[in-house]
Amino acid sequence: MNRGTRIIGWLFTSLTGFACLIIVAMVAVILGNIAIHGVERLSLDFLFRSPESGMTGGGIFPAIFGTAALVILMTIAVIPLGVATAVYMHEYAPKRSRLVHGVRLAVQNLAGVPAIVFGLFGLGFFIEFVGRGIDRVLYGGELVYGQPAILWAALTMALLTLPTVVVSTEEALRAIPQAYREVAFSLGATRWQVLRKVVLPQAVGGILTGGILAISRGAGEVAPIMFTGAAYFLPHLPTRLNDQFMELGYHVYVMTTQSPDVEATKPILYSTVLVLLALTFALNFTAILIRSRIRRRLRAGR
Amino acid sequence: MNADVRRYDLLQDAGPGSRADGAPFPRPPAASATAPPPPVRLRIEGLRVRGAGGDILKGIDLEAPRGEILAVIGPAGAGKTTFLRCLNRMVDLDPNLAVSGQVRLEGEPLIGRPVDLALLRRRVGMVFSVPIPLPMTIYQNVAFGLAMGGVPRRRHAERVEEALRAAAIWDEVKDRLDLQARRLSGGQQQRLCLARTLALRPDVLLLDEPCSGLDPISTAKIEEALQDLKKDLAVILVTNNVKQASRASDRTAFFLFGEKVEHRPTDALFTTPEDPRTADYISGRFG
Repeated sequence: MNRGTRIIGWLFTSLTGFACLIIVAMVAVILGNIAIHGVERLSLDFLFRSPESGMTGGGIFPAIFGTAALVILMTIAVIPLGVATAVYMHEYAPKRSRLVHGVRLAVQNLAGVPAIVFGLFGLGFFIEFVGRGIDRVLYGGELVYGQPAILWAALTMALLTLPTVVVSTEEALRAIPQAYREVAFSLGATRWQVLRKVVLPQAVGGILTGGILAISRGAGEVAPIMFTGAAYFLPHLPTRLNDQFMELGYHVYVMTTQSPDVEATKPILYSTVLVLLALTFALNFTAILIRSRIRRRLRAGR
Repeated sequence: MNADVRRYDLLQDAGPGSRADGAPFPRPPAASATAPPPPVRLRIEGLRVRGAGGDILKGIDLEAPRGEILAVIGPAGAGKTTFLRCLNRMVDLDPNLAVSGQVRLEGEPLIGRPVDLALLRRRVGMVFSVPIPLPMTIYQNVAFGLAMGGVPRRRHAERVEEALRAAAIWDEVKDRLDLQARRLSGGQQQRLCLARTLALRPDVLLLDEPCSGLDPISTAKIEEALQDLKKDLAVILVTNNVKQASRASDRTAFFLFGEKVEHRPTDALFTTPEDPRTADYISGRFG
């Protein structure tokens, strides 16, 4: 090897290494900054009290509660729909079917739609069309469902996270050896029995992972719920499906842009972001844990 | 036990509702319980399978009587596995294959008409070339088909034992039925797969190179089990192993490029093959 080649080799090694270093440094700075400033205000009191005096005091409990409620409602909506879609595409539809191709294309495109567009769609479709329609038919035009509400926010969020669930469920189904299905068929199982007794029990880990990833994505998104149900400030917790709610991400957004006293809000803002990040990371971590456990089990099964 | 009584038993086990109303094999039970069972279980007439790249099977005629093991031999690509998969309509799982001709299970046509596939596959059992235990315990594996067929749970234990005994594996696993099936050795797994199929008390047993990955001792155990089983069953044994065919079967059919070249009693086929291609194959000159 001559000197030139060696220098180029060394150069590329350091360049690629440097690129990695930048990413690590960025993450460290962001997380470090948030952690250091956020820890100050963090306390049980902060987690379990409502905001006070124009967001400059108190805690963030309504936002935590609202986030949890939103995420639960979203999961209830997105898991059945996403899993059913994936199961149909992978287990029932004929191979190379046009319909499946179309659905897959739609799912991929859905994944590429900006979150704010989902928000506008939710406003236009769920609130203006579905909600107003319900009001007209059932409540004689009185405003009950035709307004921003946690139900509509959850459904909008479900649409946003649908691709995650569909894709991860499909992957889970693909990971199950075709031979299991053949064996089950050969033992006189019907299509539904094969699905229920062999395929779904094996896929449940992957489906769960998809669900958790969807949740962690949903918990961090603000745009889709901005017009569909999130409230600037609500003293009470949402109790009905057509209530508005507070949400962590939106709370952060509100405190950053709309606070009457930005300086006074800052410590609270840091702590809120810390809580939001911790929540999202914890969910992601759980997903990774489940997935690796499933992989290990599958490997051992071969 | 009389074969037809046995099958009637299975249907009773299945309970109401587990069998679709349009029973695929309408057979008055009173008549069949008294009439002697027909000797030919499975009759294959002009079976033809067309794939994307041409004909995989080009008109096969064969018979599989009860009490006999029919070996199907031939080089790779002869259509042996496809042939087997036609007999319990597993071939349906591949939409690229078009099947014509007819297969009759005790006179009832199976091809080209709607058939209760679940019931058919219980009556025509299949063991695959690679042992594929389902990801459950030994017991659950053997009881799987029973559970799917609606056999009441209280009958499972007895049927599982019967099947494991018939597959010559009972003594090895009787103390650890709750073990995950994949923990068994390859040879044990394959006998477990055999037991799993036998638990359904099939009329016909299809074996697709069941010993291809097994050691000689496991192979011997399976072959021995087959000799006992064939009394009540029609067995079709697809094998790549010419020696196994000559050892374990009563009749042998030699397939080549989707055609049946020769089909005769095993002794005759191996001592005095009529077709030169058969002679070449069994003496190892090709394939």
